[in-house]
Amino acid sequence: MLEVISISRDYGGFHLRDVTFGVEKGEHFVILGPSGAGKTVLLEVIAGIVEPDSGRVYLNGRDVTDLPPERRGLAYIPQNYALFPHMSVYDNIAFGLRLRKLPKTEIKRKVREVAGVLGIAHLLNRKPKTLSGGEAQRVAIARALVIEPPLILMDEPFANLDVQTRSKLLTEMKRWRRELGFTAIHVTHSFEEAVSLGDRVGVMLKGRLVQVGSVGEVFSRPANEEVARFLGFENIIEGIAEGRKLRAGGLEIELPLEVSGRVRVGIRPEDMILSAGPIGSSARNEFRAIVDSIEELGPLVRVHLLVGRLILRAFITRSSLLELGIKPGESVYVGFKASAIHIF
Amino acid sequence: MRRDYTLYLFAALGSFLIVYIALPLAVIFLKQASDWEMLVKTLQDPAVLDAVKNSLLTATATTFIALLFGVPLGYVLARMDFPGKSVVQALVDVPIVIPHSVVGIMLLVTFSKAILDSYTGIIAAMLFVSASFTINAARDGFLAVDEGLEHVARTLGASRFRVFLSVSLPMALPSVASGSVMTWARAISEVGAILIIAYYPKTAQVLVLEYFNSYGLRAARPIAVILVAMSLTIFVLLRWLVRRGGNA
Repeated sequence: MLEVISISRDYGGFHLRDVTFGVEKGEHFVILGPSGAGKTVLLEVIAGIVEPDSGRVYLNGRDVTDLPPERRGLAYIPQNYALFPHMSVYDNIAFGLRLRKLPKTEIKRKVREVAGVLGIAHLLNRKPKTLSGGEAQRVAIARALVIEPPLILMDEPFANLDVQTRSKLLTEMKRWRRELGFTAIHVTHSFEEAVSLGDRVGVMLKGRLVQVGSVGEVFSRPANEEVARFLGFENIIEGIAEGRKLRAGGLEIELPLEVSGRVRVGIRPEDMILSAGPIGSSARNEFRAIVDSIEELGPLVRVHLLVGRLILRAFITRSSLLELGIKPGESVYVGFKASAIHIF
Repeated sequence: MRRDYTLYLFAALGSFLIVYIALPLAVIFLKQASDWEMLVKTLQDPAVLDAVKNSLLTATATTFIALLFGVPLGYVLARMDFPGKSVVQALVDVPIVIPHSVVGIMLLVTFSKAILDSYTGIIAAMLFVSASFTINAARDGFLAVDEGLEHVARTLGASRFRVFLSVSLPMALPSVASGSVMTWARAISEVGAILIIAYYPKTAQVLVLEYFNSYGLRAARPIAVILVAMSLTIFVLLRWLVRRGGNA
């Protein structure tokens, strides 16, 4: 539904270089990159706030590159939420509806409905100044969603929140998406947000979109060393969970707690334990693996393993590499504790 | 611990200026109080009442004209970059550095009969010397409005003009209002340019001068007292209103 074709722009020290990607209807597309990569400028180009030097933006097949923001109908939530300080929460949320000249009763109904879903119905008479960070973020999301935009653009929506509020809102964001069914582009530097919420991820480094793909794909097969270094070499496994079992890539993995449905889990490479033969401890997931390749990284060694249809990475010390006599093509046993698994 | 007397020293030095400003204000009221008869007589003088009315009307008209043209200009200066912007910005501040008699000569040379001895002339003189305050205050007010707010309002469907009316202007309003008060105050205190352009219709500022030249200090003082009392009252009232509005 959104096609961004070859966008370039030099803007206040940020450079976008030949950025091309597309977003499907209903998708949560995460643009992941370090600060200063040009993510915000890209959002502003899509929103129509910044004109690109070259390239086109298509929305539902229509070229919107030359349209001003008010004629694109996309909702934009900047990092500081930009709530109108001189209006109440109710007026903030109703702003877009009033511009659409909806009848008063209809506006009231829609504001109350979205406020109900987002859990801010009790705040409608407050001024933005009196809200906490998490509350302000919900109001900003409500104001954007209430106009039912084809696409919502979020710039670091969780960056200004404390850790607890953040993880709570991350969980709720998934529920809002189920209940309100929106399409979103979500810009972040947080690996966790990308894995928790993203259907697909675009990795942005120095103004270029260096890799676009499903979350599992991008994390398990970084396009190059730069992407891999930025992503931090986590092992991300996507599969179907049932109780404490996760089925993924032909493996059955024991989880630390009960979940169900499609989930993603992460295991840090330093939590992987390699051994020449099976250890057979019950508190541990253990699989036979084929060594794919070995990378030397100073005192540590990164071993790429083929396990079932998955690629996993493990860090081991140089001495254990020698001790175990690991070589590409040979088989080893790889194990990790259920408690080392992080469920996103 | 040794006490630090720096602030006390600065306060003592600074209070010289406060006393210097407050003293003549107090003295003129006190002296007039001992000459009650003259004050009453002046208050019944139709020439004085007419002049006061003229001063109030022209200063107020000037304020509205400055708002009409100055607020849009302030917005442009806050939001747009264009070649020659620094020249425009400098030009806005120029009236502050030109002697007001010179302003009168310049305006008269340029517009001659069109402004000579008319209300238009008084307002022309006042506008020239006082518009900067509205323009600069509006610009600063708009600069303080986060551009992100305007961007969000536009993505929600508002045109630029609509954004200006519903977001930028309401938020910059306290600053615009306090600039207007300054413009009004500067306009009602203008004499130099008005003397040259429009001796008639008579304004209170000019009348003080005329009475002083023709009848001496005793005749001029009551008008001065009336002007000071009136200007101060309105100035203080407006500033109070602006400040209250700004905090709400």
